[in-house]
Amino acid sequence: MSVEWKLVFEIFWTFFKISPVTFGGGFAMIPLIIKEIVEKRKWLTNEEITDVIALSQTVPGAIAVNSATFIGYKIGGIRGTLAAMIGVSLPTFLIVLVLGVSYFYLDDNPKLEAAFVSIRVTIVAIIVYAAIKIAKTAIFDKTTFFIMAAGVPALFFIHPIIAIFLGAITGVIAVSIKKKLGYLIEMKNSKEEDPANDPEYYMGAGI
Amino acid sequence: MVLWELFQTFFIMGFVSFGGGYAMIPIIESAVTEYGWMSSEQLTNIIAIAGMSPGPVASNSAILIGYTAAGISGAFVSVIAILLPSLILVICVAAFFLKLHHNPVVEKMFYGLKPLVTSLIIFAAIKFVLANNLITIDLSFRSLSLVVIFGLSLFALLKLRWNPVYVILLSGLVGIALYS
Repeated sequence: MSVEWKLVFEIFWTFFKISPVTFGGGFAMIPLIIKEIVEKRKWLTNEEITDVIALSQTVPGAIAVNSATFIGYKIGGIRGTLAAMIGVSLPTFLIVLVLGVSYFYLDDNPKLEAAFVSIRVTIVAIIVYAAIKIAKTAIFDKTTFFIMAAGVPALFFIHPIIAIFLGAITGVIAVSIKKKLGYLIEMKNSKEEDPANDPEYYMGAGI
Repeated sequence: MVLWELFQTFFIMGFVSFGGGYAMIPIIESAVTEYGWMSSEQLTNIIAIAGMSPGPVASNSAILIGYTAAGISGAFVSVIAILLPSLILVICVAAFFLKLHHNPVVEKMFYGLKPLVTSLIIFAAIKFVLANNLITIDLSFRSLSLVVIFGLSLFALLKLRWNPVYVILLSGLVGIALYS
């Protein structure tokens, strides 16, 4: 095997190993990525990883997949990109498929049905928890609160994809108007914790 | 053609997928209603399985919805459709816009985008409550116990900081004990 292909395989294998451990949100993977990519294999530095994580949140898609794909690109070009993406997706794809197939196989089982009566309520709790988590960094002044408050009833009437575009456009317009009026505004929550210093931060974030 | 519907839905979703999987539920829900892939109870069960599996909730849901709608090939098509936008955008950003997260326009966009993502998640919660008839005015053991399970789940997540996966699994056991 040539040196290049060996690297491609190593990228694949690294993410293949990390991927099944990413329970409870993509951020849970970050400490493992740092350990494996920075400390063990020394493919990237700590600063590079911090940049990758920031960029992964800017690009749509799952944090776990985006950061793996970015790292793959940085280390191994296009081949590295594909290796990382397949490596991070394949194990979870297979696990989800096995769980899904077993669920359909056992669909009529009264015990499983009883379990899901309770689980459906817990899922609503998890969604509320996800909303609280993101609200902590998203809502920090009157304008952001207004966008959030107006968004909920609006979603009963407009398609969510249109709402996402309107949200982004509103952000650009609101900040521009505020600047014109001479307000000093913060674009980010200044109280936002630095993820690098708080491992607890990762739990439940980006789920 | 179901496979094309699946591909279209998840490919487009992949391009606007900000703020984690639960923010994508309204998009998934509207596609499921439009194409009639499954009942809303089945969709909630699928989101539950997606949430207790490792990996991103959005792509896990896509895999399971694809499987429900069109078998193994549906699962494949859906996961590829949701991954392609990430692949395309990450390569573009990595090649041309490495300072994207410091770009002033992008910062302004996220100023409005993040609160809207919060609305999407709140909306998803409201829709789920309505679709599953979780709010009922009767005082039966079943509806009261479900309110307690909701409260305890939220407490475990927020205060005890339990991993969501464990909360789902424990909740399943409680369900078996109470309702079977």
